[in-house]
Amino acid sequence: MAEQHTFDLIVLGSGPGGYTAAIRAAQLGMKTAIVERELLGGICLNWGCIPTKALLRTSEIYHLMQHAKDYGLKADNVAFDLDAVVKRSRGVASQLNGGIRHLMKKNKITVFEGHGKLAGKGRLSVTKDNKPVADLSAKHIILATGARARDLPGMEADGNLVWSYRHALVPKVFPKTLLVIGSGAIGIEFASFFQTLGSKVTVVEVMDRILPVEDAEVSAFAHKQFEKQGMVIKTKAGVKALKKNASDVTATIEQNGKTEEQTFERVISAVGIVGNVENIGLENTKIKVEKTHVVAGKYCETDEPGIYAIGDLTGPPWLAHKAGHEAVICVEKIAGLHPHPLNVLGIPGCTYCHPQIASVGLTEAAAKAKGHEVKVGRYPFIANGKAIALGDTNGFVKTVFDAKTGEMLGAHMIGPEVTEMIQGYTIAKTLETTEEDLMHTVFPHPTLSEMMHESVLDAYGKAINF
Amino acid sequence: MSTQILMPALSPTMTEGKLAKWLKKEGDKIKSGDVIAEIETDKATMEMEAVDEGVLGKILIPEGTEKVSVNEPIAVLLEEGEKMGAAPPPKAAVPAPAPKAEAKPAAAPAPAPQAAPAPKAAAPAAAPAPAKAKGERIFISPLARRLAKDAGLDPADLTGSGPRGRIVRVDVERAIAGGVKRKPATAAGASGTVDIFGQPYKAQPNSGVRKTIAKRLTEAKSTIPHFYLSLDCQIDELLSLRKKLNERAEGEMKLSVNDFVIKAVALALRKVPQVNSSWTDDAVLLYENVDISVAVATPDGLITPIIRNADQKSVAQISTEMRDLASRAKAKKLKLDEFQGGGFSISNLGMFGIREFQAIINPPQSGIMAVGKGEERVVVKNGQMVVANVVTCTLSCDHRSVDGAVGAEFMQAFQRIMEDPLRMLL
Ligand SMILES: Cc1cc2nc3c(=O)[nH]c(=O)nc-3n(C[C@H](O)[C@H](O)[C@H](O)COP(=O)(O)OP(=O)(O)OC[C@H]3O[C@@H](n4cnc5c(N)ncnc54)[C@H](O)[C@@H]3O)c2cc1C
Repeated sequence: MAEQHTFDLIVLGSGPGGYTAAIRAAQLGMKTAIVERELLGGICLNWGCIPTKALLRTSEIYHLMQHAKDYGLKADNVAFDLDAVVKRSRGVASQLNGGIRHLMKKNKITVFEGHGKLAGKGRLSVTKDNKPVADLSAKHIILATGARARDLPGMEADGNLVWSYRHALVPKVFPKTLLVIGSGAIGIEFASFFQTLGSKVTVVEVMDRILPVEDAEVSAFAHKQFEKQGMVIKTKAGVKALKKNASDVTATIEQNGKTEEQTFERVISAVGIVGNVENIGLENTKIKVEKTHVVAGKYCETDEPGIYAIGDLTGPPWLAHKAGHEAVICVEKIAGLHPHPLNVLGIPGCTYCHPQIASVGLTEAAAKAKGHEVKVGRYPFIANGKAIALGDTNGFVKTVFDAKTGEMLGAHMIGPEVTEMIQGYTIAKTLETTEEDLMHTVFPHPTLSEMMHESVLDAYGKAINF
Repeated sequence: MSTQILMPALSPTMTEGKLAKWLKKEGDKIKSGDVIAEIETDKATMEMEAVDEGVLGKILIPEGTEKVSVNEPIAVLLEEGEKMGAAPPPKAAVPAPAPKAEAKPAAAPAPAPQAAPAPKAAAPAAAPAPAKAKGERIFISPLARRLAKDAGLDPADLTGSGPRGRIVRVDVERAIAGGVKRKPATAAGASGTVDIFGQPYKAQPNSGVRKTIAKRLTEAKSTIPHFYLSLDCQIDELLSLRKKLNERAEGEMKLSVNDFVIKAVALALRKVPQVNSSWTDDAVLLYENVDISVAVATPDGLITPIIRNADQKSVAQISTEMRDLASRAKAKKLKLDEFQGGGFSISNLGMFGIREFQAIINPPQSGIMAVGKGEERVVVKNGQMVVANVVTCTLSCDHRSVDGAVGAEFMQAFQRIMEDPLRMLL
């Protein structure tokens, strides 16, 4: 018989949602367990946010080295060693994975390795290789099982010729030609990485623009930049079929009613994610699942009393910081504190391609659709001293304000280091600042962040340097 | 230590409400999550849950009291073993410890994208702090400060629901919607006043519902390009089917013509889904469910409870549900999710003898059907004048999402079902 244990709180899944929940619960004095069937840290640390950023750092440096001459440097015969690039990325992931293990120990959280499944009210069973490991019970159970790549029927990733993000993170060959299906953040980051290192990349997107959740101007600018880099982008296009040959894949691509066949060494499928809702015992609960994601309330409660759901398992945006934030709200609510529910419009989103993209709040179109009369500010990197000194002047900062109240409705940036800068606007938005406070704020010179100031000034016709 | 239980704000627009009923007595033990009282607002009656545990020491506001302001102390909660008297209820103006009253609507719905004032997610979450005494430093976000100034409100009169009681945007919006400083009751219904032309009038203060109706309909009529399509449905067959079904029900239920109209609209929306939609700049949102808002007149104004998945329900089910929703609407007992949402509306003024009319679209929906009185009219059939029962129905459409031909196709589908009502039983 499996061991029996009782806790105050059990967390299923140890991604940024799960491990954050466990730590916050331990801080609040709850006896806490976490169950994980793969690696501590979840997708984010092991197969998502972090290893992709490690790869993109390589391509960024590679790009700079290729342009060494522009900076008066000499770097001839710039080349890369794919195995070493991947090894570094894996090393970064495993360093962080070890960090999570340490955090669990430090917070006295019991870690169960194995597959967890709800097993009746307040109960969760853990098995490993189909053998029982432990039967746990707790008054509160948080589900944080995350999500996985969506497969298009008939075009499933096989790890050889057709890759999901998991395969694309550990390539054994460097594809000279690459097809990326889907132009969301994940698709574009891989497209950018392989393109910068020298692949001939084609991106196919069904919507009328790439990065469809971003502001239309940002999508359009990114599109142009990628094309300049040599990428081929097909929007309003679909991949109808993939035919696997011995060492490459022939794709049937439809665009504007015309179909064509094209052959690529490898294909990355990045057409979204599906929630991990299977085989975790939801059947015998009142929990609702909609489009593969669990339906949860504003304090992450599900329809089954005592069971909560956070992170990628629930609705969008599917981002690590959303998962971690929900974790804290959920646990604090369980503990009887008064957390504020998450304001989705205050969650920033970043894409770490070259040029980088970052945004928070409403796009201009969404703001108008919501009935706001808007004031829009724009400021280009080409007019920023620091950007010129860096030698990276492609991009702009766009801000959207409510014309009546001065509320900052949204900010949209594309260009160098914008992923680090967006937080300035996010704080501003969370604290409900108006254009006035942003204008009164002193930004250090010379920095890229000065553009954030100028963009606000521009919305009110007061930009100084442009 | 004793704590005060304060009047909760159950919606962003609520500034006061009626303490309808106490469900606990003085001396009762209370656990967090227990429903302790029923609070009535202009829209609904909601349950108030206790956040902390203890013993209900003293009820400060007796049940049945109207116009209790949000954050007014309504009771004192004692720790177990503690005596009343030992703990005099602190005054509200004292920078009190975060008040312990918190409540949520019985079924906390996800804020629906449409219909009456949607609750702001952040609204009732954190315990609101009491209004400040004059001269004290006021913690208020820059945006809230500006909104308050524009609305002519004094921040000192506002209560904050943000971190550490900071006044944030929703607090100001709530105050504006509810009218933070209500004119003294004498203004309400006072007669004997005259306007600038010397005409005597009686001011009838606008309720929250009235203001919402005014705002939403002005916005709808001035921003949505409406167009109208009318046609007549001959409903002799429908009436005889209804009669037969009602006879068969032997008094168990009574189907109304409107119940059939709801069903016919629902089936027609399935046929022509473009009409079951919302316009946005980026896309027309086509709703996957057929959820129909049905206008119900209440003494306070119009409210639109929703028959969800009406296409999948029998006329009898629709009838039972509609009766229940309408009676609870009139008693202000609807839950938020019962009147927020919906993809299409129906308004029926037939019972007042109205022959035909054009309704204003209920945003963000794309259409509303105005149903007139079913009456005997002379119609021409095969060159002969004959008497038939006819009802005139008028569709108002948002031209941005629904073109004329699409609206007409929908009306045709609707008419076909109304005139051949057995289709509704398929
Ligand atoms: C390539 C890629 C790049 C990304 N880049 C970014 C980025 O830059 N920024 C960003 O914010 N987000 C990024 N994301 C998204 C981010 O990874 C997710 O939003 C985040 O990991 C969600 O966290 P989570 O805790 O909900 O779930 P996950 O991280 O998916 O963790 C879930 C965990 O639960 C475990 N589990 C599942 N079922 C069970 C079970 N039955 N029993 C036991 N354990 C179980 C899984 O093994 C997994 O470890 C990226 C994703 C990908 C794929």
